[in-house]
Amino acid sequence: MFMRPTLLAIATLLTINTAWADEVQVAVAANFTAPIKALAADFQKDTGHTLVAAYGSTGQFYAQINNGAPFDVFLAADDTTPAKLEQEKAIVPGSRFTYAIGTLALWSAKPDYVDAKGDVLSKGTYKHLAIANPKAAPYGLAATQVLEKLKLTEATKAKLVEGQNITQAYQFVSTGNAELGFVALSQIYQDGKVTQGSAWIVPAALHEPIRQDAVILNKGKDNPAAKALVDYLKTPKATALIKSYGYEI
Amino acid sequence: MSHTIRARLQLRRDTFSLDVDLELPGRGISALFGHSGSGKTTCLRCLAGLERASHGRVEVNGEVWQDDTQRTFIAPHRRPLGYVFQEASLFAHLSVRDNLMFGWRRVASEQRKVSLEQACELLGIGHLLTRRPATLSGGEAQRVGIARALLSSPRLLLMDEPLAALDGPRKREILPYLERLHRELDIPLVYVSHSQDEVARLADHLVLLEQGRAVASGPIADMLARLDLSLSQSEDAGVVLEGTVSGHDPAYQLLDLRLPGTDAPLLRIAHPAQALGSSVRVKVQARDVSLSLDADSTSSILNRIAVRVRECRPAENPAHVLVALDAAGSALLARITRYSADQLQIHPGQALWAQIKSVAILG
Amino acid sequence: MFDASDLGAIWLTLKLASVTTLILLLVGTPLAWWLARTRSWWRGPIGAVVALPLVLPPTVIGFYLLLALGPNGLIGQTTAALGLGSVVFSFTGLVIGSVVYSLPFVVQPLQNAFGAIGQRPLEVAATLRASPWDSFIHVALPLARPGFITASILGFAHTVGEFGVVLMIGGNIPDKTRVVSVQIFDHVEAMEYAQAHWLAGAMLVFSFLVLLMLYAGRRDKAGWS
Repeated sequence: MFMRPTLLAIATLLTINTAWADEVQVAVAANFTAPIKALAADFQKDTGHTLVAAYGSTGQFYAQINNGAPFDVFLAADDTTPAKLEQEKAIVPGSRFTYAIGTLALWSAKPDYVDAKGDVLSKGTYKHLAIANPKAAPYGLAATQVLEKLKLTEATKAKLVEGQNITQAYQFVSTGNAELGFVALSQIYQDGKVTQGSAWIVPAALHEPIRQDAVILNKGKDNPAAKALVDYLKTPKATALIKSYGYEI
Repeated sequence: MSHTIRARLQLRRDTFSLDVDLELPGRGISALFGHSGSGKTTCLRCLAGLERASHGRVEVNGEVWQDDTQRTFIAPHRRPLGYVFQEASLFAHLSVRDNLMFGWRRVASEQRKVSLEQACELLGIGHLLTRRPATLSGGEAQRVGIARALLSSPRLLLMDEPLAALDGPRKREILPYLERLHRELDIPLVYVSHSQDEVARLADHLVLLEQGRAVASGPIADMLARLDLSLSQSEDAGVVLEGTVSGHDPAYQLLDLRLPGTDAPLLRIAHPAQALGSSVRVKVQARDVSLSLDADSTSSILNRIAVRVRECRPAENPAHVLVALDAAGSALLARITRYSADQLQIHPGQALWAQIKSVAILG
Repeated sequence: MFDASDLGAIWLTLKLASVTTLILLLVGTPLAWWLARTRSWWRGPIGAVVALPLVLPPTVIGFYLLLALGPNGLIGQTTAALGLGSVVFSFTGLVIGSVVYSLPFVVQPLQNAFGAIGQRPLEVAATLRASPWDSFIHVALPLARPGFITASILGFAHTVGEFGVVLMIGGNIPDKTRVVSVQIFDHVEAMEYAQAHWLAGAMLVFSFLVLLMLYAGRRDKAGWS
C-alpha cells in the first residue's frame, strides 16, 4: 500500500520531464562511436534533449529500420544506404546531409611498424592484413580501392582477413593477431594525433570519399529532439569536434 | 593344506565395518549366511577383488590373491573365479551365446575345462542361444548368468544370492541346476544367502555372519543343530540329515532311509522310489518334532525315534522352548511349548521319544 | 540458388563440423568416462569448465580465444614456439574454437551414457577375465552407443550452427574460415536478401532434420526396451 505514493511521484516526475525535454533514438555507425559519445554530452547540455545511441553496422541498421526499428535519426557509415532509404521514402524528405567524411588509416599496434609513406604495405613481411568486410562496410570498400590503386590486390589477396565491420578490423590489429590493418582514423585518433601504435594516414586520392550521411527517419518526423540533433551536428562547435577525431567535413 | 580357502578381511565404511577370518573347505559349497547388512556380500566381493579390504589376505587352494603384508593384490580379471550376481546382469548388447562365450574367449585354450555344450546341457539353456537377454525370463537369465560364469573355467565359484531376485517358482526352477553343479563339477562354491531353506538344501559348510563378524563356522549339520546360534531361533529352523536309501514299500509309497551310525534309526518317508544305496539329504524342521515319554504307537505319526536330550533353551517366543536331541549320533531339534517342557520335566540326559510329523527330502 | 562462394561455405562448414566432431569424440570420450566415474574432488570444477560454453555467449569464447591464440596469448606463443605460427584466421584455429565451443554437447551425452551403464557390467566383465581396457572397449563403448549417436549429432549440428566464435577469430577468409552462418550474415549485411534466404532456409531444414533424427530415434528406443 505504501508503494502507491512513490510510484505516483515517479510517474509525475517522468511526465514533467518529457514535457520540457525529448529523447532522440539514434542509430550510429560503429566508426562514429567515440565522437558521438563526446557530442552527446554537449548536445544535452546545449539543448536539454537526451541522445540515446545504438552502435552497429550500417547494413544491419538498414535491415532493422526496414522492419520497424524505433530510430529517429540514422548516422550511417556511407552515403548509399541513406540514399536508398530516401528512395524508399523511409526518411523525412530533404533531411539527408553529409555529417562527416571518413579518413582511412593503415595501422599497426606496434610502434614504428608502419612508416610515414605506407611502404610497409608492399615491402613488409606481415602475415595478415585486416580490413572491414568490403561488401558491407564503406571503410572495407575504400581499403580494397587503395590496394587496387597501389596494384597490391594480388599480392595481398592471401593475407587479407576480414572483420565484419571496422570495429572488428580494429580488434584484429589491436590484439596483434593481424600485424597490419585498414581502420578508420577516428578509431585511433584523438586531439589531432594517433594515440597508439603506428599509422599511415591514407591520402584521400587513393579511394572514393567515404561520405557518411545522416537522415531523419520517418519515425523521428515529429520529434523535436531529432531535428535539434541534426541541426546541432551542423554547428561549427560540432564539426570542430568531429574533425578532432580524424574526419573531414 | 592346499584345499582350503582362507580369507582374513578388514574393511571400514561409514556405517559398517567388516572384520573376519574365514577358513572354508576347498571343495563343496560353503554358505555365507546372515541378514542384510551382516557383511556377507562384502566378503564375497573382497574374495573376488571387486572390493579391496584395507588389511587382508586371501588364499584360495594354495594361490595367494591378496596379501597386504606383501603388497600383493591380484586384479579381479586375473583371478580364476566365476561370479554370479544377484541380478543376472547379462550384457544387454550381446546375444545369449556371446554372453556365454565372453569369459570363455578370454581363457587360454589349454585352461578351458567347460565347453559351451556342457554348460548348456548342465543348465538347460541350449534353446536360448540366439535370444537377446531382454527376452529371457528371470530364471532363464540367471541360468545363463551361471553358465557364463562356468564357461570361464573358474577354480572358485562365487554366488551372491543368485535366487533372491526370483519368485518362488523360479527359485524351484533353478535349485536343481545348482545341486547338479554341486554333484557334477568339482569347483568349490562360496554361496551368499539369507534363506535357511536354500542353505539347508545346498551347503556343506556354513559361516554365520552378524554385523561384519563371523560368529560361527562349521559343517552345515552341526551348525543348524546348535542352540547357541541365532539359526535355531528362526521360524524354519531345523536340522539336515544325510541318509542312505535302504528300502521302498511300493504298496504304501514309503521310502526307507538309514541315517549314519551303527544303531542309527530308520526314517520312513512318503516318497516315490529311489535307487537303493543312494544318498539323500532331508530336512527335519524343529516345529515338526514333538516329544513324549513313551513310545505311543497308536498315533498316525510315522516316525518315532528314541532320543536323548542334549540341551534345552528358551526360544525368543516366550511360549516356546528349543530342545536339542541326539538320535544315536544324529542331531535333531524340537520346538515345543514351555508348558509341555515343564510337564515332561525336560532335562539334559533324559531319554525320550521323538515323533517326527514330516520329513522333507531336499532335492 | 547457391553461387560458388555459397557452395564453398557449405563445403567448409561440413568439413569443419566433421573434423570437430571427430576430435571431440576422441577427446570427449576419455573426459566423459573420467567425469562419469571419478570420485575425485576435481570432478566438480572440471565438469563446470566443460559446461561453460553452454552458458557463455559465443562472443566471450571468441574474444578469449582471439587473445589466447594471438601472438601475446598462451596458446599463440606455444604454437609459435612449436613453429606452427599463429592459428588465428586459419581452419586450424576454427577447429580449436569449435572444439571448445561444442565440447559440452559431446561430453555431456557421453557422460550420461557412461553413468547410466553403472558399475555392474564392468564388474561382471572383470569377473569374466576382461581387463579394464578390454571391458571399456567391449562392454562400456557398445552399451554407450546411444550416447555416442546423440553426442555425434549434437556436436556436428552445434558446430554447423556456430557463429559468434567464428566471427571473432575467423577473419572471413573464403574456403578457410567463411562458414555458412558467416556467409548468411554477409549476405544480410550486403542486402543480398535472396541469397541469404536460400542459405538460411537450408540451415533451417538441416537443423530440423537433425533434431527429428534425435527425437524420432529416442521414441524408437523407448519403444522396444
